[in-house]
Amino acid sequence: MRVLLVALLCLTYLLPALGSAAEGDVKLRHMSVDLSNKASLQRGARAFANYCLSCHAASHVRYKQVLPGLGLTAKEMRQNLMLPGRKIGDKMTVAMTHKEGKQWFGVAPPDLSNIERVRGADWLYTYLTSFYLDSSRPTGVNNAIFPKVAMPDILWEMQGLQKPVYKTVKDADGISRKVIAGFKQVRKGKLSPAKSDRMVRDLVNFLAYMSAPYQKKSHLVGLWIILGLILFTISSYFLKREYWKDVDH
Amino acid sequence: MSKNSSGFMAWVDRRFPLTELWNEHMARYFAPKNFNFWYFFGSLALLILVMQIATGIWLAMNYTPNSKMAFDSVEYIMRDVPWGWLIRFMHSTGASAFFIIVYLHMYRGLIYGSYKRPRELVWLIGASIFVLLMAEAFMGYLLPWGQMSYWGAEVITSLFGAIPWVGGGLETWLRGDFSVSNATLNRFFAWHAVLIPILLLALVVVHIIALHRVGSNNPDGVEIHDNEDEDGIPVDGVAFHPYYTVKDLVGVGVFLILFSLVVFFAPTLDGWFLEPDNFVKANTLKTPPEIKPLWYFMPFYAILRSVPNKLSGVLSMAASIVALFALPWLDRSPVKSHRYRGGLYQLGLGVFALTFLVLGFMGSQPPTPAHADLGFRFTELYFSFFIMMVIYSQPRSKGYYVGTLIVAAALIFGLDWLRVGDIPVDIMLRTWWIPAAYWLVFTVLPLFTRLHIPGDVPTRVTSR
Repeated sequence: MRVLLVALLCLTYLLPALGSAAEGDVKLRHMSVDLSNKASLQRGARAFANYCLSCHAASHVRYKQVLPGLGLTAKEMRQNLMLPGRKIGDKMTVAMTHKEGKQWFGVAPPDLSNIERVRGADWLYTYLTSFYLDSSRPTGVNNAIFPKVAMPDILWEMQGLQKPVYKTVKDADGISRKVIAGFKQVRKGKLSPAKSDRMVRDLVNFLAYMSAPYQKKSHLVGLWIILGLILFTISSYFLKREYWKDVDH
Repeated sequence: MSKNSSGFMAWVDRRFPLTELWNEHMARYFAPKNFNFWYFFGSLALLILVMQIATGIWLAMNYTPNSKMAFDSVEYIMRDVPWGWLIRFMHSTGASAFFIIVYLHMYRGLIYGSYKRPRELVWLIGASIFVLLMAEAFMGYLLPWGQMSYWGAEVITSLFGAIPWVGGGLETWLRGDFSVSNATLNRFFAWHAVLIPILLLALVVVHIIALHRVGSNNPDGVEIHDNEDEDGIPVDGVAFHPYYTVKDLVGVGVFLILFSLVVFFAPTLDGWFLEPDNFVKANTLKTPPEIKPLWYFMPFYAILRSVPNKLSGVLSMAASIVALFALPWLDRSPVKSHRYRGGLYQLGLGVFALTFLVLGFMGSQPPTPAHADLGFRFTELYFSFFIMMVIYSQPRSKGYYVGTLIVAAALIFGLDWLRVGDIPVDIMLRTWWIPAAYWLVFTVLPLFTRLHIPGDVPTRVTSR
């Protein structure tokens, strides 16, 4: 046992040396996903339909598949979130082709069906709130955690425009460099900062829901199955004890 | 044979030895009564095998093995097929669970000496099952046709290209093309869904038949058949059924609870069981910043990466698996269980487990020189264990231990010498003590202590 402890100590001595230097200039900001907040999901779905779904597809998702989580009827969905001519069983595709996307933006806008699985909610939330003015970019904006991103700041009308506030840091080799420490709003948006922040959270909440629409069901079913398994395990333990009573061990 | 000569069972038994088979493998198969925690994993491995085959069949009903449609068909399973997400997550979690169980099962064999005479064949067949399982997992991971599927397959198949002379041809044959493509996907699907499962099932049956011929080992490493009563029943044995069938049910219950926690609440396990990049469709023009295999290959991947030369890396990785096959002939000590092998051998077993974990962690880290160097140190420890095993097989003279230490020091220095130019020397100077300390402990302590000397093995199993 003591040997094992010594070995573990040696390992903890080594570990700091192993830590990777995976540090971006901007830290990811946390947001909690709440799939039971139907109002938030509905607002997120509306933002998604209004701002994302014209360039980005979610081509694996059917409109009707997100109905249960949003708590909407098919009719409400059709009136509020779908373009005319779309059917409720259709997938969330866009008219823009891959080729056109490439021509217009330099890179085809990625499909958003699984984007939360790929990037994570915190990354998406930080990304969507980290656009800043940069006149060297063709879109006029840059992004603090996705430098030189091709996507324009699609939410700028709501969020307003911001410019970066820099600070100077010394890295491990003693070289000073300028990093983005935060942002300063230079033009107000249509929404107050609190409201625009809420809009982004709602949007990411919806993206998370769309990445795993089965999640709520999964948690519910999982709970019952695990409860059943606990009962099974307890009873099989007593069964085992009963059988092993006559074994001298 | 059934005593009744009439009735359904008798009718069957006259035509097929059903009762005989049942008795031979269940009701009259006597297993040692002192099995502990480590002995749950055999039956659990069987459970997962069945589960993987069942969920695999259901996945195949909706999956399309075509590079243009494979990713979409997996999304179709996840979103459109009723309970498809559950089937898929059971299969993907099952793959990882299979490796956890099999690694624990193998480590059990290691600490209790279950590979030793007369169980060499049981161990060899088991090691073959492990190799098949790695092939099965690797090919299965290509099927969703995500970014990691594609690039992982590209990297791993390219390893075969490093083999001199035949490598290039072998690589092309494996891929069915000059790079990973639709042809690769089709053949991997055929192998993953048909060829390897058939071989796996056959070998599992052979594994169990071989085990039941020689009988199960136990935590004391005592042969229970050396102590039989007048009916030929081992006094320290209990019938597998019902005693171990009911006991294994408890193990099944606990396992399924843990398994369900992952499947229902964290199916990707934060990227460890399903990598985030694999939710992006394969793009043959866009290499991901980091290509890494799933966790169960990481220890071997770390060995591969930490050896500077590609061919040497591939050979080292192959050797790390081949060494497992050689175990019964490397370790010649008559004492089976670690309980009676002496403190130093126990330490060796513990360090080996730790080495495997650290190698796994190194495989998950970005390939910097410092990581490659540390990976190399633990690769040295990995192989040192097998050499230590040979040395600890029998009592050795003091000169033998001193000589071993000198050879070990020369080897450590020589291998570092070969790495000069690939790894900065100052990095090597920081870590050389790791293998040096290992060999110092295993050669100097026998000179001054009795920690290397095996204890007395009891004649009957103990109730520890």
